[in-house]
Amino acid sequence: MSNDPIHQFHITKLIPIEIGGYDFSFTNSSAFMVATIAVAGAFLFLTTSSRGLIPSRLQSISEMSYEFVASMLRDAAGSHGMKFFPFVFSLFMFVLVANLLGLFPYFFTVTSQIIVTFALALLVIGTVIVYGFMKNGIGFLKLFVPSGVPGILVPLVVLIEIISFLSRPISLSVRLFANMLAGHITLKVFAGFVASLSAFGAIGVAGSILPLAMTVAITALEVLVAFLQAYVFAVLTCMYLNDALHPGH
Amino acid sequence: MTMKKGSDKTSKSEPETSDKPDFRDDDLERRRRQLDAEIATRRRSGSEGERGAKSGGTTGYGQAVKLSSEFIAGVAVGAGLGWAIDRWAGTSPWGLIVFLLLGFAAGVLNVMRSAGVVAQPGQKVPDKHPKGSDD
Repeated sequence: MSNDPIHQFHITKLIPIEIGGYDFSFTNSSAFMVATIAVAGAFLFLTTSSRGLIPSRLQSISEMSYEFVASMLRDAAGSHGMKFFPFVFSLFMFVLVANLLGLFPYFFTVTSQIIVTFALALLVIGTVIVYGFMKNGIGFLKLFVPSGVPGILVPLVVLIEIISFLSRPISLSVRLFANMLAGHITLKVFAGFVASLSAFGAIGVAGSILPLAMTVAITALEVLVAFLQAYVFAVLTCMYLNDALHPGH
Repeated sequence: MTMKKGSDKTSKSEPETSDKPDFRDDDLERRRRQLDAEIATRRRSGSEGERGAKSGGTTGYGQAVKLSSEFIAGVAVGAGLGWAIDRWAGTSPWGLIVFLLLGFAAGVLNVMRSAGVVAQPGQKVPDKHPKGSDD
């Protein structure tokens, strides 16, 4: 068990709940989702509660994350997109804090479960589709008809564009999930080398310095990946929301 | 509101120099605006640099995961659609064949879009979203 790199992704039921034949158990995954929201909410609330004109360090972290997401959204979707700011900011903070919490030893990584990332991606695409039809009506379908295509090719191109659109939530969720899963397995495998090499006496202990150094380096890389994937998720959300706001222009 | 509180505090903390409070408030306001403008320009250039460093740091591994997930998603959605149509209309195996090929094309389109070779669908004006292709 201690050397099994997959063991960290096992879901265990903390409080079994079953309603009408469906499993609604409170699992370790749910517990860490609650923890993610609690940490993110508490951090933002506590650091901004003093509201200093000259921000403290923690307050400026909160303000920087706000500015970061706001400028990202404004760049990608224009000032009309700012009505989606709470949505994008919540997504960004949730993914970022979940990724960072997962880096602690013995912690569960919520975003390494594809069903979680897929649910987040479906939320994004659902918002795009519902808002796109609400705002543009049937004109939203112009998104699937690129201009300047010869008439005979239009049905084929439209089909391809529709498949391409439907594949967005899948590639969005698979990217986040695969990055987190692969990173955590790599980390665990290299850390496992340290333990198994040290069993070979003095030479083994000397040799285990190499995987130990690698583990430290990968941990640093994982912090970068945790931030980067949250950033990519938020940027793509902004770009998809831009499609809903301004289709086919 | 915070600005007002801050200016009040400064005028209270130095009562001997605040014989002309209006002048001081104007001065503070002017300096605050100047600071805002400076922060804005500096932050913009800072985020540019950050972005460049990021795209440079993730060239290999990140790019591989990005492009492969785009391609696999296209093929998987095509195959899924074809299978669903076959099930619903009973045209097995033609729907699966046709939509698998279409999904392949969509996957290639996704990859080319995310690599920045082909423009994004909502991106007919290239100078409007200059940084859209670096995600």
